[in-house]
Amino acid sequence: MSTVHGADEVLLGFARALRAAGVPVTSDRSRAYLDAVALVGLGDRGATRAAGRATLCGSPDDVTRHDQVFSAWFGSPEDLPRSRPAPATRPAYTDLPATDADGEGEDAEADEIVRAAASDQEVLRHRDVATLDPAERQRLAAMFAGLQVRVPRRRTARHVAASRGRVDASRTLRASLRRMGEPAEIRWRRRGARPRRVVLLVDVSGSMSAYADPLLRLAHRMTQAAPGVETFTIGTRLTHLTRALRVADPERALLAAAETVPDWSGGTRLGETLQVFLDRWGQRGTARGAVVVVFSDGWERGDPALLAAQVARLRRVAHRVVWVNPHRGKAGYEPVQQGVLAVLPHVDDFVAGHSLATYARLMEVVAGA
Amino acid sequence: MEPTSAAEVAQRLGATGYLCDDELATVVFLALRMQRPLLLEGEPGTGKTALAEAVAQSLGLPLVRLQCYEGIDATQALYDWDFPRQILHLRALEAVAGAAGGVEEAEKSLYDERFLLARPVLAALQQAPAVLLVDEIDRADDEFEAFLLEVLSTYQVTIPELGTVRATTPPIVVLTSNRTRELHDALKRRCLYHWIDHPGLEREVAVLRSRAPEVPAVLAAQVVAITQQLRAEGGLQKPPGVAETLDWARALHHLGSTELDLAGTAATLGALVKYREDGDRVRQALGRMLKA
Repeated sequence: MSTVHGADEVLLGFARALRAAGVPVTSDRSRAYLDAVALVGLGDRGATRAAGRATLCGSPDDVTRHDQVFSAWFGSPEDLPRSRPAPATRPAYTDLPATDADGEGEDAEADEIVRAAASDQEVLRHRDVATLDPAERQRLAAMFAGLQVRVPRRRTARHVAASRGRVDASRTLRASLRRMGEPAEIRWRRRGARPRRVVLLVDVSGSMSAYADPLLRLAHRMTQAAPGVETFTIGTRLTHLTRALRVADPERALLAAAETVPDWSGGTRLGETLQVFLDRWGQRGTARGAVVVVFSDGWERGDPALLAAQVARLRRVAHRVVWVNPHRGKAGYEPVQQGVLAVLPHVDDFVAGHSLATYARLMEVVAGA
Repeated sequence: MEPTSAAEVAQRLGATGYLCDDELATVVFLALRMQRPLLLEGEPGTGKTALAEAVAQSLGLPLVRLQCYEGIDATQALYDWDFPRQILHLRALEAVAGAAGGVEEAEKSLYDERFLLARPVLAALQQAPAVLLVDEIDRADDEFEAFLLEVLSTYQVTIPELGTVRATTPPIVVLTSNRTRELHDALKRRCLYHWIDHPGLEREVAVLRSRAPEVPAVLAAQVVAITQQLRAEGGLQKPPGVAETLDWARALHHLGSTELDLAGTAATLGALVKYREDGDRVRQALGRMLKA
């Protein structure tokens, strides 16, 4: 690092390593990084780090990763051996085999088969997604694209032009001005409407693992169809997943999501993770006035009292809290788990969520919220 | 005029009463030299807005503040025409009919600069060099962010009736965000990023001593110790920021306290925490500390 020769390579190599670690480093960012380091001088370790944080990062998570890669790349003061971090390996993206239903649809003599496939789809719509075999899962995945997503709307403080409502003084004056000050027709305005924010909290703990894939597909479908949908996973820790789900292709998005979430099929500490969500995101704005949908079976290992307190708090901040339980729709289900009992008094809607048909109904509940 | 090192930035900010660490000083220095907007994120009450004020003061520049809110649009950020005055002007022209030139002249005189209402962004460009504070950008909508990005990359604004206003010197731009929503990557890429944390014990005492010199040293140290402990323990619905620490210390001082005690705390708790449940925790923490 002390040699001037190749300093740029060392810095650019660091930027590459950072990208391999999952920080979205673009080429203009690495440029800015080189400029910044040149300004503060490469000799100053603290300033170099500050320059990297300022130019290469865009969120607290990025900063954490930056610091980890920084000490691996430039060696920590405690004298770790200087070694290049192994580039994080990403699972290779593989094309999924074409689904059976698609191939058959093109077949000429396929009236019968089409009808069979259609009713088969209808059956699949109502099947519990946890009991599907891999082939059925794939066919179901394709059906998510056809899911109608509807999000609620709210009135805004801003007014829009309308044909009736209240007098719009500014536009009336403007119109009058166009006629050199002669009184013109009166313009009107009304309160506008915008989509209300929807926040999805998906429980990815062990007991929910069979539902994780379809639920994330649902989240992806909603993120793609409507702006302002935010997704987090809960379990043993809170993970913000919206960025991964913005990728248009569902398979890539799910891969990105899989890489982002560190606690697949872990334990369940709903109360604590909800508290973290409310402290860090919810109370400050993300959940404020939003429709919050929690997907969880309510198997809580932690303290049910804490869970109840946090859901109560969530309800005070959010516009509406919808609890989706995959077991709700099954025959003989009774809400007996401690976690479910704890939250039930504090949720506005308690709905089923084990099949595509129930997800479609959920969309209606959300839209009507 | 312009600082030549991060140390100088720190020293100048310190002179205005804003005490910052090396990293923040470095980032501010870089923002000034690279002429890039500075995006500050962090918990409420960690001094994001105060930094912009301190930068303006330390450089002797005017501070122009744009408070963002949901639904803010270009006319509230850039400029607007003063319609009532334009109408009045027209009536005046009518009154002295014949004296002035033709219709075209009258029309032209309507879009004179004196009828232009400069909103913060335009004002910052006109007054350049200046410090433009875009406060709580996360509250504005996506579209506004895109619009702002455009202004921040060209530092110029086009008014159809008047022409283009370009800043002679690009303004120093500070954006703050409370992370209530994720900002666009394009905007982030344009900015230098910094996450402001709560200050450490010593720095917070120093901040308190410089901002509220009237508060006795013993009380200041106790107040900071309690707030730091409350933040570290977690569990508060709204952990106190530096602003709350200041408020609380001042409130205690006004009541004549020279040391923390339960009675004084009970009377001034509203300055520190804003939830009933949090109040209980503070009382417990204080009980523990007084015993220890």
